[in-house]
Amino acid sequence: MTRNIHPLLIAGTVLVFIFLVGPLVIVLGSALSDTTYLTFPPQGLSLRWFENIFQIDAFRRTIVTSLQIALLSTTIALIIGIPAAYALNRHRIQLPGWLSTLFILPVLVPELVLGFSLLKNLAVQFNSPIYISLLFGHALIVLPYVIRVISASLASFDFSIEEAAISLGSPPLKTFFTILLPNVRSGVIAAFILAFITSINDVSISIFLTGPGLSTLPIQLLAHMEQFFDPTVASVSVLLMLLTVAVMAIVERTLGLTFLAK
Amino acid sequence: MKRFAGWTLASPATILVVVFLVLPVLATIVTTFTTPAGPFATYFAFFGSGFRRTVLFRTIQVSLAVTAISLVIGFLTAYVVSRAPGWLKSILIIAAVFPLLTGVVVRSFAWLIILGKNGILNSTLLNLGLIAEPFQMLYTQGAVIVAMVYLFVPLMILTLVGVLESIPDDLIQASSSLGAKPSATFMQVTLPLAVPGLIVGAVLVFTGSFTSYATPQLLGGEQVMMMGTLMYQQAMVTFDWVAASTIAAVMVVITIAIVALMNAVARRLNPMTV
Repeated sequence: MTRNIHPLLIAGTVLVFIFLVGPLVIVLGSALSDTTYLTFPPQGLSLRWFENIFQIDAFRRTIVTSLQIALLSTTIALIIGIPAAYALNRHRIQLPGWLSTLFILPVLVPELVLGFSLLKNLAVQFNSPIYISLLFGHALIVLPYVIRVISASLASFDFSIEEAAISLGSPPLKTFFTILLPNVRSGVIAAFILAFITSINDVSISIFLTGPGLSTLPIQLLAHMEQFFDPTVASVSVLLMLLTVAVMAIVERTLGLTFLAK
Repeated sequence: MKRFAGWTLASPATILVVVFLVLPVLATIVTTFTTPAGPFATYFAFFGSGFRRTVLFRTIQVSLAVTAISLVIGFLTAYVVSRAPGWLKSILIIAAVFPLLTGVVVRSFAWLIILGKNGILNSTLLNLGLIAEPFQMLYTQGAVIVAMVYLFVPLMILTLVGVLESIPDDLIQASSSLGAKPSATFMQVTLPLAVPGLIVGAVLVFTGSFTSYATPQLLGGEQVMMMGTLMYQQAMVTFDWVAASTIAAVMVVITIAIVALMNAVARRLNPMTV
Protein backbone atom coordinates (compact mmCIF):
# COMPACT_ATOMS: atom_id res chain seq x y z
CA MET A 1 0.00 0.00 0.00
CA THR A 2 1.44 3.33 -1.00
CA ARG A 3 1.38 5.93 1.72
CA ASN A 4 2.71 8.88 -0.21
CA ILE A 5 -0.10 11.38 0.07
CA HIS A 6 0.33 14.97 -0.98
CA PRO A 7 1.13 17.17 2.08
CA LEU A 8 -1.60 19.61 1.04
CA LEU A 9 -4.14 16.80 1.28
CA ILE A 10 -2.92 15.95 4.78
CA ALA A 11 -3.14 19.60 5.83
CA GLY A 12 -6.68 19.72 4.42
CA THR A 13 -7.65 16.60 6.37
CA VAL A 14 -6.32 18.14 9.60
CA LEU A 15 -8.49 21.21 8.95
CA VAL A 16 -11.53 19.04 8.26
CA PHE A 17 -11.15 17.26 11.59
CA ILE A 18 -10.69 20.56 13.43
CA PHE A 19 -13.92 21.65 11.71
CA LEU A 20 -15.63 18.43 12.85
CA VAL A 21 -14.52 18.40 16.49
CA GLY A 22 -14.02 22.14 17.18
CA PRO A 23 -17.69 23.17 17.43
CA LEU A 24 -18.41 20.39 19.92
CA VAL A 25 -15.43 21.47 22.07
CA ILE A 26 -16.88 24.99 22.00
CA VAL A 27 -20.24 23.65 23.24
CA LEU A 28 -18.46 21.82 26.07
CA GLY A 29 -16.53 24.97 27.02
CA SER A 30 -19.65 27.16 26.99
CA ALA A 31 -21.47 24.73 29.26
CA LEU A 32 -18.80 25.12 31.93
CA SER A 33 -18.87 28.92 31.92
CA ASP A 34 -19.89 30.71 35.11
CA THR A 35 -21.59 33.51 33.15
CA THR A 36 -25.33 33.95 32.56
CA TYR A 37 -24.77 34.28 28.83
CA LEU A 38 -23.11 31.94 26.35
CA THR A 39 -19.42 32.58 25.90
CA PHE A 40 -16.26 30.81 24.81
CA PRO A 41 -13.62 30.36 26.14
CA PRO A 42 -15.52 29.91 29.45
CA GLN A 43 -15.13 32.63 32.05
CA GLY A 44 -14.79 30.95 35.42
CA LEU A 45 -15.55 27.26 35.71
CA SER A 46 -18.81 26.09 37.16
CA LEU A 47 -21.29 23.24 36.99
CA ARG A 48 -24.22 25.48 37.91
CA TRP A 49 -25.80 25.20 34.46
CA PHE A 50 -25.94 21.45 34.83
CA GLU A 51 -27.85 21.91 38.08
CA ASN A 52 -30.07 24.43 36.33
CA ILE A 53 -31.26 21.76 33.85
CA PHE A 54 -32.97 19.84 36.61
CA GLN A 55 -34.48 22.95 38.15
CA ILE A 56 -36.42 23.69 34.97
CA ASP A 57 -39.58 21.64 35.05
CA ALA A 58 -39.88 21.42 31.26
CA PHE A 59 -36.43 19.82 30.97
CA ARG A 60 -37.12 17.31 33.74
CA ARG A 61 -40.37 16.28 32.09
CA THR A 62 -39.04 16.06 28.54
CA ILE A 63 -35.97 14.07 29.61
CA VAL A 64 -38.31 11.48 31.12
CA THR A 65 -40.56 11.47 28.02
CA SER A 66 -37.61 11.15 25.65
CA LEU A 67 -36.12 8.23 27.60
CA GLN A 68 -39.53 6.56 27.76
CA ILE A 69 -40.25 6.99 24.03
CA ALA A 70 -36.73 5.85 23.09
CA LEU A 71 -36.93 2.76 25.30
CA LEU A 72 -40.44 1.75 24.21
CA SER A 73 -40.05 2.49 20.50
CA THR A 74 -36.72 0.65 20.38
CA THR A 75 -38.25 -2.34 22.14
CA ILE A 76 -41.17 -2.41 19.69
CA ALA A 77 -38.77 -2.13 16.75
CA LEU A 78 -36.65 -5.01 18.10
CA ILE A 79 -39.63 -7.28 18.78
CA ILE A 80 -40.96 -6.91 15.25
CA GLY A 81 -37.67 -6.17 13.49
CA ILE A 82 -35.75 -9.28 14.59
CA PRO A 83 -38.33 -11.72 13.14
CA ALA A 84 -38.53 -9.59 9.98
CA ALA A 85 -34.75 -9.61 9.54
CA TYR A 86 -34.75 -13.36 10.16
CA ALA A 87 -37.49 -13.89 7.57
CA LEU A 88 -35.64 -11.75 5.01
CA ASN A 89 -32.49 -13.83 5.50
CA ARG A 90 -33.95 -17.31 5.95
CA HIS A 91 -37.13 -17.29 3.88
CA ARG A 92 -36.18 -14.81 1.17
CA ILE A 93 -37.48 -17.03 -1.62
CA GLN A 94 -41.02 -17.10 -0.21
CA LEU A 95 -41.17 -13.37 0.23
CA PRO A 96 -41.78 -10.81 -2.52
CA GLY A 97 -38.88 -8.61 -3.56
CA TRP A 98 -40.66 -5.38 -2.64
CA LEU A 99 -40.71 -6.32 1.02
CA SER A 100 -37.16 -5.16 1.69
CA THR A 101 -37.99 -1.91 -0.12
CA LEU A 102 -41.03 -1.51 2.14
CA PHE A 103 -38.78 -1.85 5.18
CA ILE A 104 -36.47 0.96 4.05
CA LEU A 105 -39.39 3.32 3.34
CA PRO A 106 -39.02 4.96 6.78
CA VAL A 107 -35.58 6.24 5.66
CA LEU A 108 -36.79 7.13 2.16
CA VAL A 109 -39.91 9.09 3.07
CA PRO A 110 -38.95 12.47 4.58
CA GLU A 111 -39.44 12.33 8.35
CA LEU A 112 -41.25 15.66 8.34
CA VAL A 113 -43.83 14.24 5.95
CA LEU A 114 -44.24 11.15 8.13
CA GLY A 115 -44.64 13.23 11.29
CA PHE A 116 -47.17 15.54 9.68
CA SER A 117 -49.12 12.62 8.17
CA LEU A 118 -49.29 10.84 11.54
CA LEU A 119 -50.60 14.01 13.14
CA LYS A 120 -53.15 14.71 10.43
CA ASN A 121 -54.37 11.25 9.47
CA LEU A 122 -53.99 9.36 12.73
CA ALA A 123 -54.01 11.63 15.77
CA VAL A 124 -56.51 14.22 14.54
CA GLN A 125 -58.54 12.08 12.12
CA PHE A 126 -59.22 9.30 14.62
CA ASN A 127 -58.93 11.51 17.68
CA SER A 128 -56.29 9.14 19.06
CA PRO A 129 -53.74 10.11 21.72
CA ILE A 130 -50.76 11.94 20.22
CA TYR A 131 -48.49 9.76 22.37
CA ILE A 132 -49.42 6.71 20.23
CA SER A 133 -48.41 8.52 17.03
CA LEU A 134 -45.17 9.75 18.60
CA LEU A 135 -44.31 6.27 19.88
CA PHE A 136 -45.03 4.43 16.63
CA GLY A 137 -43.46 7.19 14.56
CA HIS A 138 -40.23 6.61 16.48
CA ALA A 139 -40.58 2.83 16.21
CA LEU A 140 -40.88 3.28 12.42
CA ILE A 141 -37.79 5.42 11.95
CA VAL A 142 -35.60 3.07 14.02
CA LEU A 143 -36.95 -0.10 12.36
CA PRO A 144 -34.60 0.10 9.31
CA TYR A 145 -31.56 0.34 11.64
CA VAL A 146 -32.71 -2.73 13.57
CA ILE A 147 -33.33 -4.75 10.41
CA ARG A 148 -30.01 -3.73 8.88
CA VAL A 149 -27.88 -4.47 11.95
CA ILE A 150 -29.63 -7.78 12.74
CA SER A 151 -29.38 -8.84 9.06
CA ALA A 152 -25.64 -8.16 9.21
CA SER A 153 -25.30 -10.41 12.29
CA LEU A 154 -27.47 -13.13 10.73
CA ALA A 155 -25.29 -13.09 7.62
CA SER A 156 -22.45 -14.59 9.67
CA PHE A 157 -24.69 -17.03 11.55
CA ASP A 158 -24.39 -20.68 10.58
CA PHE A 159 -27.99 -21.79 10.08
CA SER A 160 -27.01 -25.47 10.19
CA ILE A 161 -26.71 -25.11 13.99
CA GLU A 162 -30.36 -24.12 14.06
CA GLU A 163 -31.30 -27.00 11.76
CA ALA A 164 -29.42 -29.39 14.03
CA ALA A 165 -31.43 -28.17 17.05
CA ILE A 166 -34.72 -28.53 15.19
CA SER A 167 -33.94 -31.98 13.85
CA LEU A 168 -33.03 -33.05 17.38
CA GLY A 169 -36.56 -32.10 18.40
CA SER A 170 -36.19 -28.58 19.76
CA PRO A 171 -39.45 -26.60 19.35
CA PRO A 172 -39.18 -23.46 17.14
CA LEU A 173 -39.59 -20.89 19.93
CA LYS A 174 -37.08 -22.64 22.18
CA THR A 175 -34.66 -22.84 19.25
CA PHE A 176 -35.07 -19.12 18.69
CA PHE A 177 -34.31 -18.19 22.29
CA THR A 178 -31.59 -20.73 23.05
CA ILE A 179 -29.80 -21.01 19.69
CA LEU A 180 -30.44 -18.03 17.45
CA LEU A 181 -30.72 -15.14 19.88
CA PRO A 182 -27.52 -15.89 21.86
CA ASN A 183 -25.62 -16.11 18.56
CA VAL A 184 -26.72 -12.69 17.35
CA ARG A 185 -26.55 -11.13 20.82
CA SER A 186 -23.98 -8.48 19.90
CA GLY A 187 -26.09 -7.47 16.91
CA VAL A 188 -29.14 -7.09 19.14
CA ILE A 189 -27.22 -4.91 21.60
CA ALA A 190 -25.82 -2.74 18.80
CA ALA A 191 -29.23 -2.43 17.12
CA PHE A 192 -30.78 -1.43 20.43
CA ILE A 193 -28.21 1.22 21.17
CA LEU A 194 -28.19 2.74 17.65
CA ALA A 195 -31.98 2.81 17.57
CA PHE A 196 -32.06 4.34 21.06
CA ILE A 197 -29.75 7.23 20.17
CA THR A 198 -31.62 7.85 16.91
CA SER A 199 -34.89 8.16 18.82
CA ILE A 200 -33.40 10.36 21.57
CA ASN A 201 -31.99 12.79 18.99
CA ASP A 202 -34.99 12.91 16.66
CA VAL A 203 -36.45 16.28 15.73
CA SER A 204 -38.22 15.89 12.39
CA ILE A 205 -40.91 13.37 13.46
CA SER A 206 -41.35 14.75 16.95
CA ILE A 207 -41.76 18.38 15.90
CA PHE A 208 -45.28 17.62 14.63
CA LEU A 209 -46.19 15.16 17.36
CA THR A 210 -45.51 17.29 20.40
CA GLY A 211 -47.47 20.15 21.84
CA PRO A 212 -48.79 21.39 25.14
CA GLY A 213 -48.34 18.64 27.72
CA LEU A 214 -46.19 16.34 25.59
CA SER A 215 -42.72 17.18 24.34
CA THR A 216 -39.37 15.52 23.83
CA LEU A 217 -35.96 16.81 24.88
CA PRO A 218 -34.74 18.02 21.43
CA ILE A 219 -38.01 19.88 20.86
CA GLN A 220 -37.78 21.46 24.32
CA LEU A 221 -34.17 22.47 23.49
CA LEU A 222 -35.35 24.20 20.31
CA ALA A 223 -38.09 26.01 22.23
CA HIS A 224 -35.67 27.08 24.97
CA MET A 225 -33.16 28.40 22.44
CA GLU A 226 -35.77 30.66 20.88
CA GLN A 227 -36.34 32.41 24.21
CA PHE A 228 -33.09 32.23 26.16
CA PHE A 229 -29.44 32.40 25.25
CA ASP A 230 -28.00 31.03 28.49
CA PRO A 231 -25.62 28.06 28.94
CA THR A 232 -28.45 25.64 29.89
CA VAL A 233 -28.75 24.39 26.32
CA ALA A 234 -24.98 23.91 26.21
CA SER A 235 -25.04 21.81 29.38
CA VAL A 236 -27.92 19.64 28.08
CA SER A 237 -25.87 19.24 24.89
CA VAL A 238 -22.93 18.03 26.97
CA LEU A 239 -25.16 15.44 28.65
CA LEU A 240 -26.27 14.27 25.19
CA MET A 241 -22.62 14.08 24.10
CA LEU A 242 -21.82 11.92 27.14
CA LEU A 243 -24.63 9.64 25.98
CA THR A 244 -22.99 9.56 22.53
CA VAL A 245 -19.70 8.50 24.14
CA ALA A 246 -21.47 5.66 25.95
CA VAL A 247 -23.19 4.59 22.72
CA MET A 248 -19.89 4.57 20.84
CA ALA A 249 -18.21 2.50 23.53
CA ILE A 250 -21.00 -0.10 23.32
CA VAL A 251 -21.03 -0.16 19.49
CA GLU A 252 -17.24 -0.55 19.47
CA ARG A 253 -17.48 -3.56 21.82
CA THR A 254 -20.29 -5.23 19.85
CA LEU A 255 -20.12 -4.49 16.12
CA GLY A 256 -16.95 -2.42 15.96
CA LEU A 257 -17.21 1.22 14.91
CA THR A 258 -16.00 0.38 11.40
CA PHE A 259 -19.44 -1.20 10.88
CA LEU A 260 -20.75 2.35 10.61
CA ALA A 261 -18.37 2.98 7.70
CA LYS A 262 -20.09 0.44 5.47
CA MET B 1 -46.27 -25.03 7.41
CA LYS B 2 -42.85 -23.79 6.39
CA ARG B 3 -44.31 -21.93 3.41
CA PHE B 4 -46.04 -19.52 5.73
CA ALA B 5 -43.15 -19.12 8.16
CA GLY B 6 -41.61 -16.24 6.22
CA TRP B 7 -44.80 -14.22 6.09
CA THR B 8 -45.72 -14.94 9.70
CA LEU B 9 -42.38 -13.56 10.86
CA ALA B 10 -42.38 -10.58 8.52
CA SER B 11 -46.03 -9.60 8.98
CA PRO B 12 -45.77 -7.50 12.20
CA ALA B 13 -43.14 -5.25 10.60
CA THR B 14 -45.13 -5.15 7.34
CA ILE B 15 -48.28 -4.12 9.21
CA LEU B 16 -46.41 -1.44 11.17
CA VAL B 17 -45.00 0.15 8.00
CA VAL B 18 -48.28 -0.08 6.10
CA VAL B 19 -50.53 1.21 8.90
CA PHE B 20 -48.28 3.91 10.32
CA LEU B 21 -46.44 5.01 7.19
CA VAL B 22 -47.85 3.99 3.82
CA LEU B 23 -51.52 4.72 4.55
CA PRO B 24 -51.09 8.05 6.43
CA VAL B 25 -48.59 9.39 3.87
CA LEU B 26 -50.76 8.30 0.94
CA ALA B 27 -53.76 9.94 2.60
CA THR B 28 -51.80 13.19 2.89
CA ILE B 29 -50.92 13.08 -0.79
CA VAL B 30 -54.45 12.10 -1.88
CA THR B 31 -56.03 15.06 -0.03
CA THR B 32 -54.01 17.47 -2.18
CA PHE B 33 -55.93 16.22 -5.25
CA THR B 34 -59.42 16.21 -3.72
CA THR B 35 -59.89 19.85 -2.77
CA PRO B 36 -63.18 21.49 -3.86
CA ALA B 37 -61.24 23.79 -6.21
CA GLY B 38 -60.22 20.91 -8.48
CA PRO B 39 -57.56 18.21 -8.60
CA PHE B 40 -54.47 20.33 -9.27
CA ALA B 41 -55.61 23.59 -7.68
CA THR B 42 -53.25 23.28 -4.69
CA TYR B 43 -50.30 22.74 -7.01
CA PHE B 44 -51.21 25.76 -9.13
CA ALA B 45 -51.44 27.72 -5.89
CA PHE B 46 -48.04 26.41 -4.77
CA PHE B 47 -46.16 27.07 -7.99
CA GLY B 48 -48.15 30.26 -8.64
CA SER B 49 -46.98 31.85 -5.42
CA GLY B 50 -43.75 33.79 -5.92
CA PHE B 51 -42.81 33.33 -2.27
CA ARG B 52 -43.24 29.55 -2.30
CA ARG B 53 -41.37 29.24 -5.60
CA THR B 54 -38.52 31.23 -4.05
CA VAL B 55 -38.49 28.86 -1.07
CA LEU B 56 -38.41 25.82 -3.37
CA PHE B 57 -35.56 27.20 -5.50
CA ARG B 58 -33.65 28.31 -2.41
CA THR B 59 -34.00 24.84 -0.93
CA ILE B 60 -32.72 23.24 -4.13
CA GLN B 61 -29.85 25.76 -4.30
CA VAL B 62 -28.80 25.23 -0.66
CA SER B 63 -29.07 21.44 -0.98
CA LEU B 64 -26.96 21.43 -4.16
CA ALA B 65 -24.30 23.63 -2.53
CA VAL B 66 -24.21 21.44 0.58
CA THR B 67 -23.99 18.28 -1.56
CA ALA B 68 -21.17 19.65 -3.74
CA ILE B 69 -19.09 20.92 -0.80
CA SER B 70 -19.65 17.74 1.22
CA LEU B 71 -18.67 15.59 -1.78
CA VAL B 72 -15.33 17.36 -2.25
CA ILE B 73 -14.44 17.60 1.46
CA GLY B 74 -15.77 14.11 2.20
CA PHE B 75 -13.99 12.42 -0.67
CA LEU B 76 -10.57 13.97 -0.10
CA THR B 77 -10.78 13.32 3.65
CA ALA B 78 -11.99 9.75 3.16
CA TYR B 79 -9.10 9.16 0.76
CA VAL B 80 -6.57 10.21 3.41
CA VAL B 81 -8.40 8.31 6.18
CA SER B 82 -8.55 5.10 4.12
CA ARG B 83 -4.76 5.22 3.61
CA ALA B 84 -3.86 6.17 7.18
CA PRO B 85 -2.05 3.60 9.36
CA GLY B 86 -4.37 1.47 11.54
CA TRP B 87 -4.24 3.35 14.88
CA LEU B 88 -4.65 6.75 13.25
CA LYS B 89 -7.48 5.46 11.09
CA SER B 90 -9.36 4.31 14.20
CA ILE B 91 -8.98 7.72 15.83
CA LEU B 92 -10.15 9.51 12.68
CA ILE B 93 -13.16 7.23 12.33
CA ILE B 94 -14.06 7.87 15.97
CA ALA B 95 -13.75 11.62 15.31
CA ALA B 96 -16.18 11.30 12.40
CA VAL B 97 -18.65 8.97 14.14
CA PHE B 98 -18.89 11.15 17.24
CA PRO B 99 -20.55 14.14 15.54
CA LEU B 100 -22.68 11.76 13.45
CA LEU B 101 -24.20 10.21 16.58
CA THR B 102 -24.61 13.58 18.28
CA GLY B 103 -28.02 15.05 17.61
CA VAL B 104 -28.83 17.62 14.97
CA VAL B 105 -30.01 20.13 17.59
CA VAL B 106 -26.69 20.02 19.45
CA ARG B 107 -24.71 20.33 16.23
CA SER B 108 -26.76 23.26 14.95
CA PHE B 109 -26.61 24.91 18.37
CA ALA B 110 -22.80 24.85 18.17
CA TRP B 111 -23.00 27.06 15.08
CA LEU B 112 -25.41 29.39 16.85
CA ILE B 113 -22.64 30.04 19.42
CA ILE B 114 -20.01 30.46 16.72
CA LEU B 115 -21.92 32.63 14.24
CA GLY B 116 -24.03 34.74 16.63
CA LYS B 117 -23.83 38.52 16.71
CA ASN B 118 -21.73 38.31 19.90
CA GLY B 119 -20.48 34.88 18.87
CA ILE B 120 -16.97 33.55 18.82
CA LEU B 121 -16.25 34.37 15.21
CA ASN B 122 -17.42 37.97 15.49
CA SER B 123 -15.62 38.63 18.78
CA THR B 124 -12.41 37.07 17.45
CA LEU B 125 -12.52 39.21 14.30
CA LEU B 126 -13.28 42.31 16.40
CA ASN B 127 -10.39 41.59 18.78
CA LEU B 128 -8.03 41.14 15.88
CA GLY B 129 -9.19 44.46 14.52
CA LEU B 130 -10.20 42.89 11.21
CA ILE B 131 -13.73 44.27 11.37
CA ALA B 132 -15.10 47.41 13.00
CA GLU B 133 -18.50 46.08 14.00
CA PRO B 134 -20.05 42.60 14.24
CA PHE B 135 -21.12 40.93 11.01
CA GLN B 136 -24.65 39.61 10.54
CA MET B 137 -23.83 35.96 9.97
CA LEU B 138 -26.83 34.23 11.50
CA TYR B 139 -30.03 34.03 9.46
CA THR B 140 -28.15 34.02 6.18
CA GLN B 141 -28.00 31.38 3.50
CA GLY B 142 -24.26 31.01 4.19
CA ALA B 143 -24.89 30.11 7.85
CA VAL B 144 -27.38 27.42 6.84
CA ILE B 145 -24.97 25.98 4.27
CA VAL B 146 -22.01 25.89 6.68
CA ALA B 147 -24.05 24.22 9.43
CA MET B 148 -25.48 21.67 6.99
CA VAL B 149 -22.06 20.85 5.57
CA TYR B 150 -21.02 20.29 9.20
CA LEU B 151 -24.02 18.00 9.59
CA PHE B 152 -23.35 15.88 6.53
CA VAL B 153 -19.56 15.72 6.10
CA PRO B 154 -19.18 12.91 8.71
CA LEU B 155 -21.79 10.85 6.85
CA MET B 156 -19.98 11.41 3.56
CA ILE B 157 -16.57 10.52 5.06
CA LEU B 158 -17.85 7.29 6.60
CA THR B 159 -19.73 6.24 3.45
CA LEU B 160 -16.69 6.89 1.26
CA VAL B 161 -14.12 5.30 3.60
CA GLY B 162 -16.16 2.11 3.27
CA VAL B 163 -16.20 2.42 -0.52
CA LEU B 164 -12.49 3.29 -0.86
CA GLU B 165 -11.48 0.39 1.39
CA SER B 166 -13.41 -2.02 -0.80
CA ILE B 167 -11.30 -1.07 -3.84
CA PRO B 168 -8.82 -3.95 -4.23
CA ASP B 169 -5.24 -2.89 -3.45
CA ASP B 170 -4.04 -4.97 -6.44
CA LEU B 171 -5.60 -2.47 -8.82
CA ILE B 172 -3.70 0.44 -7.26
CA GLN B 173 -0.48 -1.57 -7.29
CA ALA B 174 -1.01 -2.70 -10.86
CA SER B 175 -1.50 0.89 -11.91
CA SER B 176 1.66 2.15 -10.24
CA SER B 177 3.76 -0.82 -11.30
CA LEU B 178 2.74 -0.07 -14.89
CA GLY B 179 4.25 3.37 -14.41
CA ALA B 180 1.25 5.57 -13.54
CA LYS B 181 2.00 8.49 -11.27
CA PRO B 182 0.04 8.59 -7.98
CA SER B 183 -2.09 11.43 -9.35
CA ALA B 184 -2.87 9.45 -12.50
CA THR B 185 -3.74 6.38 -10.44
CA PHE B 186 -6.03 8.53 -8.31
CA MET B 187 -7.78 10.09 -11.30
CA GLN B 188 -7.99 6.99 -13.50
CA VAL B 189 -8.41 4.12 -11.04
CA THR B 190 -9.53 5.26 -7.58
CA LEU B 191 -11.96 8.01 -8.59
CA PRO B 192 -13.92 6.03 -11.24
CA LEU B 193 -14.24 3.06 -8.89
CA ALA B 194 -15.56 5.35 -6.16
CA VAL B 195 -18.29 6.87 -8.36
CA PRO B 196 -21.10 4.57 -7.14
CA GLY B 197 -20.18 5.47 -3.55
CA LEU B 198 -20.07 9.17 -4.42
CA ILE B 199 -23.56 8.85 -5.86
CA VAL B 200 -24.89 7.14 -2.74
CA GLY B 201 -23.30 9.85 -0.58
CA ALA B 202 -24.65 12.63 -2.80
CA VAL B 203 -28.20 11.23 -2.62
CA LEU B 204 -28.04 10.91 1.18
CA VAL B 205 -26.78 14.48 1.58
CA PHE B 206 -29.11 16.05 -1.00
CA THR B 207 -32.28 14.42 0.31
CA GLY B 208 -31.19 15.08 3.90
CA SER B 209 -30.63 18.79 3.19
CA PHE B 210 -33.75 19.09 1.09
CA THR B 211 -36.02 17.82 3.86
CA SER B 212 -34.20 19.22 6.91
CA TYR B 213 -35.93 21.22 9.58
CA ALA B 214 -33.84 21.95 12.70
CA THR B 215 -30.82 23.55 10.99
CA PRO B 216 -32.72 26.01 8.73
CA GLN B 217 -35.03 26.79 11.65
CA LEU B 218 -32.18 27.69 14.03
CA LEU B 219 -29.68 29.27 11.63
CA GLY B 220 -31.93 30.52 8.84
CA GLY B 221 -35.08 31.56 10.66
CA GLU B 222 -37.76 33.49 8.80
CA GLN B 223 -35.18 35.11 6.52
CA VAL B 224 -33.89 31.87 4.99
CA MET B 225 -37.03 29.79 4.89
CA MET B 226 -36.66 26.33 3.35
CA MET B 227 -39.20 23.66 2.38
CA GLY B 228 -39.10 21.99 5.81
CA THR B 229 -39.52 25.19 7.80
CA LEU B 230 -42.18 26.46 5.38
CA MET B 231 -44.11 23.20 5.75
CA TYR B 232 -43.95 23.46 9.54
CA GLN B 233 -45.09 27.07 9.45
CA GLN B 234 -48.04 26.28 7.15
CA ALA B 235 -49.09 23.32 9.27
CA MET B 236 -48.58 24.60 12.80
CA VAL B 237 -48.62 28.40 12.63
CA THR B 238 -51.14 29.29 9.92
CA PHE B 239 -52.94 25.90 10.13
CA ASP B 240 -53.25 25.66 6.36
CA TRP B 241 -53.10 21.89 6.20
CA VAL B 242 -53.84 21.68 2.49
CA ALA B 243 -50.82 23.88 1.73
CA ALA B 244 -48.68 21.85 4.15
CA SER B 245 -49.84 18.61 2.47
CA THR B 246 -48.89 20.04 -0.92
CA ILE B 247 -45.37 20.82 0.30
CA ALA B 248 -45.22 17.31 1.78
CA ALA B 249 -46.23 15.80 -1.58
CA VAL B 250 -43.64 17.88 -3.45
CA MET B 251 -40.97 16.74 -0.97
CA VAL B 252 -41.91 13.06 -1.32
CA VAL B 253 -41.96 13.20 -5.12
CA ILE B 254 -38.61 15.00 -5.39
CA THR B 255 -36.93 12.74 -2.80
CA ILE B 256 -38.13 9.50 -4.37
CA ALA B 257 -37.42 10.73 -7.91
CA ILE B 258 -33.82 11.55 -6.98
CA VAL B 259 -33.25 8.24 -5.22
CA ALA B 260 -34.72 6.32 -8.19
CA LEU B 261 -32.72 8.33 -10.74
CA MET B 262 -29.46 7.94 -8.84
CA ASN B 263 -30.08 4.22 -8.37
CA ALA B 264 -30.46 3.86 -12.12
CA VAL B 265 -27.34 5.93 -12.80
CA ALA B 266 -25.31 4.05 -10.19
CA ARG B 267 -26.31 0.71 -11.70
CA ARG B 268 -25.22 1.82 -15.18
CA LEU B 269 -21.96 3.31 -13.96
CA ASN B 270 -20.82 0.60 -11.60
CA PRO B 271 -17.92 -1.00 -13.49
CA MET B 272 -17.97 -4.05 -11.18
CA THR B 273 -21.38 -5.25 -12.34
CA VAL B 274 -20.77 -5.07 -16.10
